[in-house]
Amino acid sequence: MSDFEWMAWTAPTAAFFLGIAGLLIGMTVWQRFSPTRLQRGLLPIATTRGDRLFIGLLASAFLHLAWLGLTPWSPLIALGLSALLLVSVMRFG
Amino acid sequence: MNRTEHPRAWWLVLPVLLVVAFSALIPLMTVVNYSVQDIFGPGQRVFVGSEWFREILRDSRLHAAFGRQLMFSASILMIEIPLGVALALAMPTRGIGVSFTLVILALPLLVPWNVVGTIWQIFGRADIGLGGALLRALGSDYNYAQNAADAWVTLLVMDVWHWTSLVALLGYAGLRAIPEACYQAAHIDGASRFAIFRHVELPKLRGVLTIALLLRLMDSFVIYTEPFVLTGGGPGNATTFLSQYLTKMAVGQFDLGPAAAFSLIYFLVILALCFVLFSFMTAGDER
Repeated sequence: MSDFEWMAWTAPTAAFFLGIAGLLIGMTVWQRFSPTRLQRGLLPIATTRGDRLFIGLLASAFLHLAWLGLTPWSPLIALGLSALLLVSVMRFG
Repeated sequence: MNRTEHPRAWWLVLPVLLVVAFSALIPLMTVVNYSVQDIFGPGQRVFVGSEWFREILRDSRLHAAFGRQLMFSASILMIEIPLGVALALAMPTRGIGVSFTLVILALPLLVPWNVVGTIWQIFGRADIGLGGALLRALGSDYNYAQNAADAWVTLLVMDVWHWTSLVALLGYAGLRAIPEACYQAAHIDGASRFAIFRHVELPKLRGVLTIALLLRLMDSFVIYTEPFVLTGGGPGNATTFLSQYLTKMAVGQFDLGPAAAFSLIYFLVILALCFVLFSFMTAGDER
């Protein structure tokens, strides 16, 4: 048994966390070269780029939950919709 | 005013980040891993995808526990926040009364949660408890062990007794921080006592009240020990809140997969609630 067996890693969850880590690293680099400003878009509050990423990810999580709770369809469709939602919140939020 | 940012200051945050990584992030990642698998034992597990999430989200007992949890948190917030502010306004501002009041108010906060449950469990009993016996003497058939409404009232009163002091102390600190000049300006304008509260004190209290509200919301949403000791979730399931349901699933039945999925949903709900509340209460603040 490997040292990390107790964390019970699986390939999809590892990919998920690597994706989140990649997003955070990307945002840090982006911030380094082009600092964010508070801006007001479609969301009711003024947000920075990081705020919009957090809101987008949280909304995506709830979209997945609603999808799983209310529909019998594959969560991969919810994943696609979430990606669209995240991009929209980052761009227009 | 222009503020200078020192990116190197972030290195000072590193120790905290490491502590949080070990105490929160690694356990959270483990819970995420558990939530997509059926765990039979060490090294024995099967990937099940989103099955546990589907199961948990369609569980009617969980919906009921979630409803009770929302009702409990909303009820105690609606009582504790206004009552705490009223207490803070009524507290003395100088003299020996200040220390006395602060100590008296701080006392319930020092009592451990399981002891609070035990205190109220005994206090509410009609045979040996002062509160229960008094209500019985007044002709009430109060019994928190058999009547759901009585159990709820006892839980609410217990929580208000335990935690209103926190709101009052935070509110008192906020009130003491208001400069005297604000009150003098209000008096010159001929403001009434209510107008001073509404337009001077309440806006200045917004910061501390945000903290009080968030602390109480998060704490009440994860309440476990007091109802567990006082009513054990009963009568029936009348006071079974989310955390008790989760503990039963994770530790009682050892259903780690469904319990992990449940934990994540619970976590997301608290995160969303706190974020919405925080954004709403700090909207308009300078950043």
